[in-house]
Amino acid sequence: MIFTVTDARFGERGYDTHMQTFADANAVARLIDDLGVRIRGDLTGAVGDAPLADTCAMVGIQSRGDVMAQRLAAQLELPNDRVGSLDITLYRDDLSEVGPQPIVRTTEIPFAIDGLNIVLVDDVLMSGRSVRAAMQSLMDFGRPRRLWLAVLVDRGGRELPIHPDQVAVDMSNATTNNQQVAVTLTPTDERDAIIIQDCDGA
Amino acid sequence: MRVTFTSRRQSAHKAEGSIELAKTKRGFDWKHKHLLTIAQLSSEEIRFLLQTAHGFSDVSTRSIKKVPALRGKVVANLFFEDSTRTRMSFHLAASRLSADVVELVAKGSSVAKGESLRDTARNIEAMGVDVIVVRHDQSGAAALLADSVNCSVINAGDGQHAHPTQGLLDAYTVAQRLGRDDFDLSGITVAIVGDIQHSRVARSNIHAMTKLGANVILVGPPTLLPSGFSQLGCELAHDFDEVLPRVDVINMLRVQFERIQSQAFPSVREYAALYGLTTQRLAQAKPNVTVMHPGPLNRGIEIESAVADGPQSTVLAQVTNGLAVRMGVLYLITRVK
Repeated sequence: MIFTVTDARFGERGYDTHMQTFADANAVARLIDDLGVRIRGDLTGAVGDAPLADTCAMVGIQSRGDVMAQRLAAQLELPNDRVGSLDITLYRDDLSEVGPQPIVRTTEIPFAIDGLNIVLVDDVLMSGRSVRAAMQSLMDFGRPRRLWLAVLVDRGGRELPIHPDQVAVDMSNATTNNQQVAVTLTPTDERDAIIIQDCDGA
Repeated sequence: MRVTFTSRRQSAHKAEGSIELAKTKRGFDWKHKHLLTIAQLSSEEIRFLLQTAHGFSDVSTRSIKKVPALRGKVVANLFFEDSTRTRMSFHLAASRLSADVVELVAKGSSVAKGESLRDTARNIEAMGVDVIVVRHDQSGAAALLADSVNCSVINAGDGQHAHPTQGLLDAYTVAQRLGRDDFDLSGITVAIVGDIQHSRVARSNIHAMTKLGANVILVGPPTLLPSGFSQLGCELAHDFDEVLPRVDVINMLRVQFERIQSQAFPSVREYAALYGLTTQRLAQAKPNVTVMHPGPLNRGIEIESAVADGPQSTVLAQVTNGLAVRMGVLYLITRVK
């Protein structure tokens, strides 16, 4: 390990006690696959006969959305240079809060975004603040033809007027206020899963 | 130019490193409100800082070279000594983070009327400045400022004492060049050559390189290389030709004619003959040796033009990396109250 860090997702020791698996690896694979099919429908409807590889791109929000974007791009047969990954740390609206410093990572957008249909991908959508930050960050790279938003889980609890175009699973009624939804995806994590975790007082 | 890490060892390392980080993220407890010396930082802190700088490296390659991380903050450049690179680099770094920058030039300001350093700084702070970047010809000036004001202070060079961002950007450049993505420089031997005594760049480099695990050999004439430097954990040498074949990195220092008071060496020509890095001399070094120089160059004295502009030279990469490192420093210190 490079430096001492604390885990925001599961606490120091990894997977904690009060948690249940909402979707296992097979279920997650099916959900992403289904999401890909629906995104393909949206994009085809928007660009008509033009090849998706010429008109569309995927951009994932780090650090799980970028993994999803890779998988969805493979499913839609987009080339590797049409997949980007965004680090939104510098664009977050809670940057001034004190505490441990988030690790700033590089943003990699290997294509010119102007004129493209870009699907923004994230694992969990809740307040909408990450998506807002991602949109601001992306706009600093140019002017896409249209931005789409696809997420694996909609958790509900929006604080901004942001609405996803495609959602793999709506969990806005599946959890209580003191529960947290986490998505784990390989190779970043050990396995694919959607997990509901109790966060007593956390 | 895009800052990229290229070696093969690197990519293997990177893959492992990022998985590990992603698993264990997502925070590091950065405590320093000021950056005065590298001596104040632990190895872990230096690595985190350089990792953060790497995160900023792509900003300068975008069409809109700006991120909103320091929106609403004000950075004051307070330079009492001449500077081209460092002043501009800090200015650009702050601008790219969306901070406002004010420049104070000592000539034509109240400093010329005899205002003390402390008074100048307090007055600047009273205008709502968040960071003062200071360069001064007196060692300890930055520390004095940090004690006098409530805002953050970054040392951009104080006398012969320290130039921390130079040490950091040099360490970053070595790591980049040698494919050490984790900023661990173990097993690397760095020669710092020339006027060690008067060089704050040398002092900051010694701290940065040794804390990251590198071996440091200081090379120079006895008049410019006091024996006390061995206490910093470095090997001292006076024979450049003997050291050359053993090193992975050669960091050539500028001969600081403005600081050398007595006759440190018989003639510039003799200095160049013994300690100048020429094409001929470079041929004795390892074929993939990295040649560094903090600038400004005295071409033909400590470094021959063909070497400074050659494929092994990182002179311009150092400048590019300096921007990313200064963005990282500004970003981290402004987040500490």
